Amino acid sequence: MTDNRGAAPPAIELIGVDKSFGPVHANKNVNLRVERGVIHGIVGENGAGKSTLMSILYGFYEADAGEIRVNGEVVRIRSSREAISHGIGMVHQHFMLVPPLSVLENVMLGAEGGPLLARGAAAVRARLAHLAKEYALEVDPDAIVGDLSVGLQQRVEILKALVRGAEILVLDEPTAVLTPSEADQLFEMLRVLKSQNKTIVFITHKLREIMSLTDRVSVMRRGEMVGTFETAATSPPELADAMVGRKVILKIDKGPAHPGAVVLEARALSVQDDRGVTRLSDVSFTLRAGEILGIAGVAGNGQSELLEALSGIRPLSAGEIWLNGAVLPAWAREPKAMRRHGVGHVPEDRHRVGLIMPFEACESGMLGFHDEKVYGAGVLFDRAAIVADEAAKMEAYDIRPRAPLLRTANFSGGNQQKIVLAREIERNPAVILVGQPTRGVDIGAIEFIHKRIVAMRDAGKAVLLVSVELDEIFALADRIVVLCGGRVTGERRPEETNARDLGLLMAGVAERAA
Amino acid sequence: MSAPHKPLPGWADVALIPLINVAAAFIISGLVVLAIGENPIEAVKLLVGGALGNLEGIGFTLYYATSFIFTGLAVALCFHAGLFNIGVDGQAYIAGLGAALVGLYLPLPGYSQAIVAILAAALFGAAFAAIPGYLQAKRDSHIVITTIMFNYIASALMGYLLVNVLRRPRQMNPETQTFPHGGTIPQLHELLKPFGVEWPVTPLNLSFFLSLIAAFVVWLLIWRTRLGYEIRAVGVNPTAAVYGGVSPARITIVSTLLSGALAGGLAVNVILGEEHRLVLEFTAGFGFVGIAVALMGRAHPVGIVLAAILFGVLYQGGAELAFDKPKISRDMIVVIQGLVVLFAGALEHMFRRPVAALLARRVSQPPI
Repeated sequence: MTDNRGAAPPAIELIGVDKSFGPVHANKNVNLRVERGVIHGIVGENGAGKSTLMSILYGFYEADAGEIRVNGEVVRIRSSREAISHGIGMVHQHFMLVPPLSVLENVMLGAEGGPLLARGAAAVRARLAHLAKEYALEVDPDAIVGDLSVGLQQRVEILKALVRGAEILVLDEPTAVLTPSEADQLFEMLRVLKSQNKTIVFITHKLREIMSLTDRVSVMRRGEMVGTFETAATSPPELADAMVGRKVILKIDKGPAHPGAVVLEARALSVQDDRGVTRLSDVSFTLRAGEILGIAGVAGNGQSELLEALSGIRPLSAGEIWLNGAVLPAWAREPKAMRRHGVGHVPEDRHRVGLIMPFEACESGMLGFHDEKVYGAGVLFDRAAIVADEAAKMEAYDIRPRAPLLRTANFSGGNQQKIVLAREIERNPAVILVGQPTRGVDIGAIEFIHKRIVAMRDAGKAVLLVSVELDEIFALADRIVVLCGGRVTGERRPEETNARDLGLLMAGVAERAA
Repeated sequence: MSAPHKPLPGWADVALIPLINVAAAFIISGLVVLAIGENPIEAVKLLVGGALGNLEGIGFTLYYATSFIFTGLAVALCFHAGLFNIGVDGQAYIAGLGAALVGLYLPLPGYSQAIVAILAAALFGAAFAAIPGYLQAKRDSHIVITTIMFNYIASALMGYLLVNVLRRPRQMNPETQTFPHGGTIPQLHELLKPFGVEWPVTPLNLSFFLSLIAAFVVWLLIWRTRLGYEIRAVGVNPTAAVYGGVSPARITIVSTLLSGALAGGLAVNVILGEEHRLVLEFTAGFGFVGIAVALMGRAHPVGIVLAAILFGVLYQGGAELAFDKPKISRDMIVVIQGLVVLFAGALEHMFRRPVAALLARRVSQPPI
């Protein structure tokens, strides 16, 4: 731990902050000191308590115990309004913007300055022009927010905070939604803000960003603050150790693949989302038995739609899906039929798609297979069989607690993911579609899940792995297809490529025609 | 980041919170009684005495409860599918038409007359519910809006039929003649007479047992069958349901059909069990009481039976109370009903947080 003996009080000081949600102890006696005019990173795994801590700072929650000091003064923050009055602005991971309104209208929302808009609007417009000059934060004030790119929308969020007089900016996982080049622009922007003596708190779980951007970094693990480091004096392995509490095993033991026949083939797939926007265009690839095909890309570049199309959830607007050498007719491309054809699917979002949170674990554990005779031959379910089935899976996949009757929502993220995996893998599908298998999952479970995926491959199954974590793609995939903007921008073998090469493909620098 | 909240122990969620909500509704009702210059304690005594103090009171109470069980189940079934069926009253009204058509025009031997009339009631109720269900499933017309409007359609249609088509010849009341072929549902006092048991003459009939059977069947359906599993899945998380191969449109239609059929139980109880002819506005708003019953019973059949009996007490005891205390009119019951909807429905979560905080202090929970 470092100790800064500067004369000026720190911008933020948290002392002994404690917060529980029922049995979940989210923050345990957390101390944090953020000096003025620095970029201070906070890293930790998902669920380490970073977001809770920042929500306390921003007045979403009140701490059960502890003290918050802003510029040396003890303050009580009970709402975002109070936070902003102390000069604390927050940029959320999911933007709090109104898409049909203009930039100007979004920025002045909640600070309209009276019942008539004209005067407030003029003042905010002048303020925006000033900020644009001072911090190089240019956005057309009359542009409609919904038409802006994600990077520009984030800029609007930052402007919102600055217009309200924020001296301390908190950014919660700001790069999760950005392309690499947009992330670079964000970093540039933050450096300019720092040079103007603003204080920036940057929350992430990506060590690369910490190393390239921050001055100091605090590490959280399981609700506790485990240490604060000068970024220049630390290294990614040291931070990773602090984050997980033991050595990360990113490389798992995996022999060479023995690809067999082509099992699944996508031919010129095009897919539209619910609003009719084309999210996938002209995507083709093959998937063989006994291989893991990794789909890499920045989140939101068509991976979700690809999984939905292949599992039958979303209809194709063009293209064909071939399974075992035969084209699937439209009626067979729906979830129930795809399951019968032996296509398993571990969806990206287990909360919203893969599980039903208020259901008992054993009920979630049969979703999609609840028609099968094993769960009851007649009209009524065979409850004993359902519970026994889930109990067996819990044993095999080390799902804790071993409680088939506990509500799904009461399991931790890693155990929820294992409930999904157990359900899909135990049906022994010929093809398994796996989306973000380790998102929000603790390190022990990651290892287990990776081993299971490789075991599926070694058993001759065809595995399609979608992940936004390049480390995961490199650790597992035998072949990599990169998606950008709904198109395939390249295909690589992991041993012939590197993160930089894939990064270019992910950013849409298309491959030269071979 | 999921919105965290303090978990409530199961027993508190199922029993304590509803009790607190009902208690709050009654306390405020008591204040209203006080405000009109009557003693609330005495009012409660009269009300409970009138509803449960003698066999006749009990008979009427359970007769009303029968109607409320059916309408409560109808509303609850749709709740589980994430649908708010406000049209139970209209569906029950049309179901009465089905029962009456069989009673008037379809002579059948023995018990089959009653059975076919019951089936016709269920069928007509389901068919009338099917239209809003279909519009919701296929056309995205919100079922709350369509079912409200369908109540008016039912009312207008039945008014027309009773005045112009089905009215008993040579009399002015908009009602049919008494069903000529029998086929009515026996009342309890008739049934008990052969055994030498003297039960006072009340409208309580075998529909009461039918409603208990319906409650059990609904419980089986929701928690022990594939259809119920799919209904609950669609109700809680339609996205996950689609992933699991369930069609929300199909579930929407099936749920409204079943809900309409259950609404038919109200017609069975009133038309086949008591009136033995079709009368204007026989549903008396009991379809809407079903909403309060379902909310209070937390959409669980056991809770619904208990809530229905409570409302039966209110209706029967309220009538006695209005008779003894002219200052307290039957509208008081409507006030209490409104307060129950307010506390058990709209403000359901009001007491949740303080109770959870209180319990968290008292009961140290083992970590999950």
